[in-house]
Amino acid sequence: MFKGDFIQNLPKIYGTYTGGFIVFIILMALAEQAGVSAKNIGVMFVAFTVLIYALIGYLSRTIQVDAYYVAGRQVPTVFNGMATAADWMSGASFVALAGGVYFGGYTYMAFLVGWTGGYVLVATLMAPYLRKFGCYTVPDFIGTRYGGNAVRAASVFVLFIASFTYVTAQINATGTIASRALGIPFEAGVWVGLISILICSMLGGMRAVTWTQVAQYIVLIIAYLIPVFWISSNVGGGIFPHLMLGDEVARLGELEQQFGLVKNSAADMKAAGVPGGLKYISGTHSGVPEGGMAVWKYLSLAICMMVGTASLPHILMRYFTTPTVRAARKSVAWSLFFIFLLYSSAPMLATLSKLALMDPNLPTGIIGKSISEVQSIEWVQRWSEVKQVFIADFNGDGILQLNEWFMRGDVVVLATPEVAGLPFVISGLVFAGGMAAAMSTADGLVLAISNALSHDIYYKIINPKAETAKRLLVARTLLVIIGAAGAYIASFRLTSILGSVAWAFDFAMSGLFFPLVLGVWWKRATREGAIAGILAGIISGTVYLTWVFPKFSVPIWGGVNTPFLGIDHLRFGLIGAPICLVVMVVVSLMTKEPSPATQKLVDDTRIPTGKAILGKQH
Amino acid sequence: MSNKDAYWNKTKNHMIVTLVLWAFFSLVIFMFGSELNTMSFLGYPLAYYMTAQGSLLAFVIILFWTANKQEKIDEEHGFSEREDD
Repeated sequence: MFKGDFIQNLPKIYGTYTGGFIVFIILMALAEQAGVSAKNIGVMFVAFTVLIYALIGYLSRTIQVDAYYVAGRQVPTVFNGMATAADWMSGASFVALAGGVYFGGYTYMAFLVGWTGGYVLVATLMAPYLRKFGCYTVPDFIGTRYGGNAVRAASVFVLFIASFTYVTAQINATGTIASRALGIPFEAGVWVGLISILICSMLGGMRAVTWTQVAQYIVLIIAYLIPVFWISSNVGGGIFPHLMLGDEVARLGELEQQFGLVKNSAADMKAAGVPGGLKYISGTHSGVPEGGMAVWKYLSLAICMMVGTASLPHILMRYFTTPTVRAARKSVAWSLFFIFLLYSSAPMLATLSKLALMDPNLPTGIIGKSISEVQSIEWVQRWSEVKQVFIADFNGDGILQLNEWFMRGDVVVLATPEVAGLPFVISGLVFAGGMAAAMSTADGLVLAISNALSHDIYYKIINPKAETAKRLLVARTLLVIIGAAGAYIASFRLTSILGSVAWAFDFAMSGLFFPLVLGVWWKRATREGAIAGILAGIISGTVYLTWVFPKFSVPIWGGVNTPFLGIDHLRFGLIGAPICLVVMVVVSLMTKEPSPATQKLVDDTRIPTGKAILGKQH
Repeated sequence: MSNKDAYWNKTKNHMIVTLVLWAFFSLVIFMFGSELNTMSFLGYPLAYYMTAQGSLLAFVIILFWTANKQEKIDEEHGFSEREDD
């Protein structure tokens, strides 16, 4: 089935798939009408979609090295764009982004700019050249361009730290969604999630991950956009919210004035017993905070996320799968287009959700109503039970004030459909979308790590004579080990000690950004420079992280430190990356310039035509 | 100057132009966030609009433009790949 004209048939295959998925949604809607319980609908949504991904994974099984590592380099531009978008948008993007905008406002939206703007760097500085190079993994490029096992191993080390930080959070998200949708304990959910992830990637490597990610993108984008458009027309936001919410944003400004933005004291919140992780609105929706420090906070976060995006191996490796260099460039543009569809909708969902809760003129509004009345609303009861929403009557007047309503960020995506009166089938769809988002990112990350270990460490360094069958066996074994290690950590809920997803971006930019960029754009960059730069970047970044992050700084440095120039634990790449650059340039200039053979290799990397630097099978 | 060098010079200049546009939409406009927010676009305060949607859209457009322009540079210098490569 996956031979010959499969590639030409892709639009037809995925068109049929999309149609089938829509028919499935309609069937579920009918089932809901016929009285099937909300819980069973959720179970069917998740089970049906995961089975489809597993089927795709099975059909894409392979025993070819280049199919396993780079999907045979035949993924068409637009489909690679969809796969990258699914690879990129994590469970956290899907369920937490709108909540972040809801509570964080303008300042939080630096993440939106950062997580999209980085693709301009990917397209201009990296993707087409790495594609021309013909590498299987990101360390494969660094190892070949600079030459030697030391630099290869150093880049695998950075890749491992950055990707592993990220993957535990993804497996955690998969487990959370699986446990909620299937009604099983979280620990069991994690292992269900892991098995689903492995079925999609183990037999077919990059080829299987590519075709499941396309399928997952289709599910997640339908699951995100249908509720946004539907909620918008239900709460009077207009049929096309992206262009029509100007009045609603202004109205939120008025409501903020009317209710007042009050900051609760930590003591009050503790006394009232507000569960951890729940937040309340204390900042404006569309206002820009004043002052130079606020501007710097915004810009520094955007810079870290952009540069980090351009250094994350699981994203860069997606562009190794296109047929040509030209297709790699276009594919970056398509990726960002597909990401844009979701990212530009998150602020709209946040606006609609806030309006639905705050506007007293809407039947869904709860702020300003009596607390007993609010507590009798069905969705409030359901989400209170699982400690996702909370009410604390600080002033004891029995009326719900804006600062007395607490909610977890995820609730914006997961509960707004219910709040706005959409049928449960939509909530089931949202579960399936969240599961698709978390699984697709976890797949990409687990594969990036295990490919680097099997190709760069095992094959290139330990056993260069290994035969194809042995290489693939090692690759698959490592995939299972890495996945299981991630799930093991996730099942103990140790992810909180690994900190934020943003750290992955900072680790990657500290150790990989400049070695990658200078590898293409500066012929004078030498092996010694690269090794020194990678190590200096990742070590200085990590040391700074331990110094600035209170959970680490108290045991290690004996106290809480004030961030230097406002560079906190989300932004530590701003320490690592510049140090990496300076060290790399200085050491390169101090050492002998690269050999003529290496310089020719860089010259060949820069032009799209001609043979790849590394052969089809290497 | 060889054809390869001329090609690389043009590619470099094109890269710089693209990164200037990128820096404008990702950094420069947000240096003036509070000033921009007094203006409005589609009824949204301008800085809010740019961070929620405008800059994101600008990046998409920049990427398609830059890929097309680079393909023209490839063609001019005879480094264009065959369709069936």
